[in-house]
Amino acid sequence: MKFAIQVNEGPYTHEASDTAYLFTRAALEKGHEIFRVFFYHDGVNNGTNLTTPPQDDRNITNRWSELAAKHNLDLVVCVAAAQRRGIVDEGEMKRNGKSAQNIADGFRISGLGQLIEAGIQADRLVVFGD
Amino acid sequence: MSEEMMEEGGTIKKFLYVNRKAPYGTVYALESLEVVLIGAAFEQDVSLVFMDDGVFQITKGQDTAGVEMKNFSPTYRALEMYDVEKLFVEKESLDARGLTEDDLLVPVEVMTSEQIRDLMEDQDVILSF
Repeated sequence: MKFAIQVNEGPYTHEASDTAYLFTRAALEKGHEIFRVFFYHDGVNNGTNLTTPPQDDRNITNRWSELAAKHNLDLVVCVAAAQRRGIVDEGEMKRNGKSAQNIADGFRISGLGQLIEAGIQADRLVVFGD
Repeated sequence: MSEEMMEEGGTIKKFLYVNRKAPYGTVYALESLEVVLIGAAFEQDVSLVFMDDGVFQITKGQDTAGVEMKNFSPTYRALEMYDVEKLFVEKESLDARGLTEDDLLVPVEVMTSEQIRDLMEDQDVILSF
C-alpha cells in the first residue's frame, strides 16, 4: 500500500512524532511505500538540526534523517509553518535575510500543496497528532 | 474507500477537514484554514466539519483585541469564493455549548454525530485538526 504521513506535533513534548516515525519504519519494513512525510504545525520542529537531546535519549530528528537516507524518503516541512517557527533552509535564509539555516539532512521545505498532493496520490493519508 | 472520479485527467478525491479546536487557544484552526485555502486550488471534492470546540471557529462577533491576535474569522466567509461550500456542524457540539445556527457567521448544514459518522465513512481523505 502507498501511505502518506502527516506529522502535526513537535518532538519530545508530544508522542505523535515518535508514533509517526515508528509507523513509517514499520510500514517500510513490511514492504509498503511511503509517498511522503509532511510536517505541519509544531511538527516542523522535527526538522531542525539544532536538536541536541541527552545522549541516553532518542534523537528524533536524526532518526528521521537516517530513515530518509536508507529508504529515500521525501520529508517535507511546510514553509508557512516553518517560517513561523524558525525552521530555515538556505533559500529561506537568503530570502528572509536570516543569519543561519537549520534544516536537517533529508528534510526539505515546500508548500501545503505537497500535503494535498500526498492525499491525492497515496492510498491512505495517516495523520499523527491530537 | 469511495469511488474516485477521473476528470480532465486528474483524480478527484473527497477531502474532509475536521475542525475540532477553538480558534485561538492553539494554532490548529488558523493553520487548518490555510490548508483548506491552498487545497482549493487542487479542485478536489472538499467538505468541512466543525465539531467539539471547533464550532467556535465560525461563531459571529469574534473580538481578538484582548489577546492581540489576528481575527481570522472573516476568512470563513470567503470560502465560498474558493468553491468550498460544504460546511457541516455537529448538532451535539452546538447544543453542549448553548449555540444555535444563528450564532454562526457562515451558512452551514447542521448534522447529528451519526450523520457526521456517515459523512466520514464516505470520504477518501480526512484531515483532522
